[in-house]
Amino acid sequence: MQPQFALSRVGRLHSKTAWTILAVLSVLALVVVPVLYWVVPPDSPFHMPGWMVTLAGRFLCLALVALALDLIWGYTGILSLGHGVFFAMGGYVMGAHLTRIAYADGGLPNFLQWLDYSDWPWYWAGFDSFLFTLVMIGLVPGVLAFIFGFLAFRSRVRGVYFAIITQALTFGGMHLFFRTETGFGGDTGLTDFDSLLGFELGTPGFRLGLFLASAVVLILAYLLCRWIVTSKLGRVLTAIRDAESRLRFTGYDPLRYKLFVWVVSAVLCGIAGALYVPQTGVINPSEMAPPASIEMAIWVALGGRGTLVGAIMGAGIVNVVKTWATSAYPDLWLFILGGIFIGVTLFLPKGVAGLMRRRKGGEA
Amino acid sequence: MNTLTKSLDDFRELMRRDQVFDIVNRPADTTTVDTTHGIVLYLEGITKSFDGFKALDDLTLYIHDGELRCIIGPNGAGKTTLMDVITGKTRPDTGSAWFGSRIDLLRLKEHEVAQRGIGRKFQKPTVYENHTVFENLELAMHTDRGLLKSIGWRLTGEQLDRVHEVLELIGLTSRRDTQAGLLSHGQKQWLEIGSLLMQNPRLLLVDEPVAGLSGQETEATAELLTGLAGKHSVVVVEHDMDFVRSIAREVTVLHQGSVLAEGTMDKVQNDPKVREVYLGEEE
Repeated sequence: MQPQFALSRVGRLHSKTAWTILAVLSVLALVVVPVLYWVVPPDSPFHMPGWMVTLAGRFLCLALVALALDLIWGYTGILSLGHGVFFAMGGYVMGAHLTRIAYADGGLPNFLQWLDYSDWPWYWAGFDSFLFTLVMIGLVPGVLAFIFGFLAFRSRVRGVYFAIITQALTFGGMHLFFRTETGFGGDTGLTDFDSLLGFELGTPGFRLGLFLASAVVLILAYLLCRWIVTSKLGRVLTAIRDAESRLRFTGYDPLRYKLFVWVVSAVLCGIAGALYVPQTGVINPSEMAPPASIEMAIWVALGGRGTLVGAIMGAGIVNVVKTWATSAYPDLWLFILGGIFIGVTLFLPKGVAGLMRRRKGGEA
Repeated sequence: MNTLTKSLDDFRELMRRDQVFDIVNRPADTTTVDTTHGIVLYLEGITKSFDGFKALDDLTLYIHDGELRCIIGPNGAGKTTLMDVITGKTRPDTGSAWFGSRIDLLRLKEHEVAQRGIGRKFQKPTVYENHTVFENLELAMHTDRGLLKSIGWRLTGEQLDRVHEVLELIGLTSRRDTQAGLLSHGQKQWLEIGSLLMQNPRLLLVDEPVAGLSGQETEATAELLTGLAGKHSVVVVEHDMDFVRSIAREVTVLHQGSVLAEGTMDKVQNDPKVREVYLGEEE
């Protein structure tokens, strides 16, 4: 490798080998999958069925969640057990848009009629516009995270106490959205979707479009996170994790750094939720249930805290196992999940990524 | 009508000419250290109690510009609380603390105190264990420590030279790319002192710099600290009396939160009060 390349900003982002792997994976997602799905005829053994494309797309969204959580937990040492709330906020924004489109010809969904509304209430305004929705996907989780983070970080709430109040945040959010009076469909949530940007739900174009969008967003988010963690900003974040008071007495204000990365993480999580909802066809308050957020932390722990690739792998592994287990042994899934978590804590403190590094004979 | 008269009254009150408001009276420049009077740190009448226990009791202490001062005292004498008050970690109940004659330390937060030029070394060596020696020093460098600056940050040649200079000074040039967590205890102590130097501070607060060091390392540390005095003011808190004897010109003895005695080591050692509470028990 030429030293010049290693010194450039692109080279500091990744070695040449890693760039090659990233390129191969990108081609796989952006070229090979569409060809297998779209071009290869359905009766060929190489054809990729539509449900699989959508499933893969959903996994990409969950990988984005893991990435976001790793940024705040793995790199900055702030454990959040409430990222489900940001995921759900993004999801509800997208859900609101899909609902408005579904009722574009007039009429109101049942849950609003029961509340005696004759027209869309004020907080539903604007969601008929896709552009407005795009802005809100980032803004809603971002503002929520900013307010919550500012109050928590300013009071220097840390460690397990912070984890507990994030849990309370998502729990509170869940109860708020469970109420029918909140006006977002209560416990059934939003589910009457029929199209997005002119693509009808479940059609091949819709499936492929969302899959590709998820893949592109994940790749860009990965590069953004990589850019953050390889900059001096990233070194400050790790320093916050390892010795926050040292950093403070060195003249840094940890509040700003924590708040920044916390909001970035929440926004990424919201984007993941927004891409996830059209691919499952429903958003309801159970996304904000505490166990859902804890599961996200398990993805990161399994994959390896503090390595972005690890977080993505962790989300992939757990969700593949989950998809299989919840259909084959539905009663056992939670035991399997718990077993994974205990196993990782005992035997793989650095996760799968740590294991791979040890195998390669590098640093343990 | 009533509101109007009231607002008018308020306005008149605001425009009175026989008094000066605090906001007007504040010194114009509160970022640079003014030591024209030869004193870099003014601590006056500082009291701090925790649940009724007075950790600091009406403490008054002045540190001169460029001096090397040792602070000694038995456990619980208030040494660490004193450091905490100076660096903004603890707010005293009463008293004032000024850095030079213009910077009111009691108005500043920890990171602001550090930015104005007070560096602190902890008792237990604290370095960023997962960063290399080089990165440790780079993070400590005196520069704009804002969020936006850190995103596009690149070292200039001059700054790189400065890092290498400090690496040389603390004897870690060959460990430049070693993870700080893998260093020996003594090397971590030195790396932390090196990080302080990168901050380019006017005043260094050093808490027990030779705890756990070998005799040779202690000697080297003494040499390093005495070398720093003059360019910087250095305050050393230490238990090791031999070490204090080897570096001290001026010694302050703390006892129960206030200054018991002050002067040269000889003078302090022969002070009957000091012998009674501290040295007497040892010798």
